[in-house]
Amino acid sequence: MGTASSMLTQYDIEEVQEHCNNLFTQQEIVSLYGRFCQLDRNAKGFISADEFMSVPEFAMNPLSQRMLKMVDGLNFKDFVAFLSTFSSKANKRQKTELIFKVYDSDGNGKVTFEDMIEVLRDLSGSFMSDKQREEVLSQVLFEAGFSRECTLMLEDFMKVLDYPGLKMDVEVPVD
Amino acid sequence: MSKMNTSSSELDLDRPNLEDYLPSGSIPEPHTQLKLCDLLDISPTLTEAAGAIIDDTFTRCFKSNPPEPWNFNIYLFPLWCMGVVVRYGFLFPLRVMVLAIGWIIFLSCYMPVHFLLKGHDKLRKKIERCLVELICCFFVASWTGVVKYHGPRPSIRPKQVFVANHTSMIDFIILEQMTAFAVIMQKHPGWVGLLQSTILESLGCIWFNRTEAKDREVVAKKLRDHVEGPDNNPLLIFPEGTCVNNHYTVMFKKGAFELGCTVCPVAVKYNKIFVDAFWNSRKQSFTTHLLQLMTSWAVVCDVWYLEPQKIKPGETPIEFAERVRDIISVRAGLKKVPWDGYLKYSRPSPKHRERKQQIFAEAMLRRLEDK
Repeated sequence: MGTASSMLTQYDIEEVQEHCNNLFTQQEIVSLYGRFCQLDRNAKGFISADEFMSVPEFAMNPLSQRMLKMVDGLNFKDFVAFLSTFSSKANKRQKTELIFKVYDSDGNGKVTFEDMIEVLRDLSGSFMSDKQREEVLSQVLFEAGFSRECTLMLEDFMKVLDYPGLKMDVEVPVD
Repeated sequence: MSKMNTSSSELDLDRPNLEDYLPSGSIPEPHTQLKLCDLLDISPTLTEAAGAIIDDTFTRCFKSNPPEPWNFNIYLFPLWCMGVVVRYGFLFPLRVMVLAIGWIIFLSCYMPVHFLLKGHDKLRKKIERCLVELICCFFVASWTGVVKYHGPRPSIRPKQVFVANHTSMIDFIILEQMTAFAVIMQKHPGWVGLLQSTILESLGCIWFNRTEAKDREVVAKKLRDHVEGPDNNPLLIFPEGTCVNNHYTVMFKKGAFELGCTVCPVAVKYNKIFVDAFWNSRKQSFTTHLLQLMTSWAVVCDVWYLEPQKIKPGETPIEFAERVRDIISVRAGLKKVPWDGYLKYSRPSPKHRERKQQIFAEAMLRRLEDK
């Protein structure tokens, strides 16, 4: 850890900090750098999918494959930028945007019924049938004023997920 | 054939069993009325994934923690340099010599004893036992091992196994110097493997390959046979199955705890004031690890032989293993984590993910029924 942090100069840290809109403190970035180097076992400058999956807590996550698509092969700057959404200083919009991106797998800015079903499939696995999933989803969509054919935009997500319970904060350990 | 079957089913039980240890979290309590926002809100799962990327207890178990460098300022630096000269220029050659002498004495006694005393098994075993203890003493001396042993010495009697936490192959040497244990260990390549298959074999040590399922069966059978023999060396098992950095303990494999024997816990705690005794097998070979130890000032460590434990009526082997892990962790000041150390070599089984999916699916299905 001591050697890893000494490789980052003040300039590097500030550059990274700017890149993530100052959502992390300098100390947090130093700590994240240590973690990045630890995960990047072969020191390639990025963390491969395989290296991410070597963290069992991550590999066990039902959404790990979706997350992987977003973090696979990121360099340190982008790695920090990605994680900054999970900082307690990030606002609700940023957090909702990330959730939206997880749903919007083709990145066209729209979430269709099919997109939502796919995430539900990851979350519930073989414990529900496709028919059950569709039934539940169309029911709750209907109650919220949408129909099956609706495509949801980011603004819709903002409205739906606008409640105080939405928390997506991860603390970076600083020693 | 039927015997084979029972042993393989018992082995299945020895498989990692994370559910028993992991808290079920991540997916929130189902609300009375599931709404769209509950369905779309995947933040708990994402938070968990990001949390695992930022920090996780599993990787921490295998992180080397080298001692704090103290050569950071101009006053200390010359002193530190002198230390380097002494350690590499004086101590190291001396230690190599000690080790070489040890080997010469050992081999020149061991070979004749091993081949000439073929007929007198009891005497031969006894001498071999002493010789192995002797060579281990030389090994410990070669890194100026300052080892404090607490508690009564282990004795040879049937129906008991010793279990210890595992930091490096050197804890085997440290324990072996006091009592010649028969140990269960992973097969190693290179010169260590050669030692394993020649000298240590005569102590009744059992080797296996972690990744081979067939080996597990054979080992389980050998284990059971070994503990029954009254003259066999006491059995030593490192139930973690892999080296951990001496700050944490990972799950104990329950194989050692279902033999129906008395389990004698041994706690080993290294003081890393001079050197980190953790063998990070991913980063260094055992030879490099030994060289690192031999060029340090000393290896300081404490060994506690703890109160023998028996399985309580109604206790499952897993619970028993956990109880013993508790005892060792408390004594050696280690933190317990719910991970299986073998995850270093393999991915967690889909079972664990399925469990989370099941909780989620149940909440959704309940909603369907409520309609």
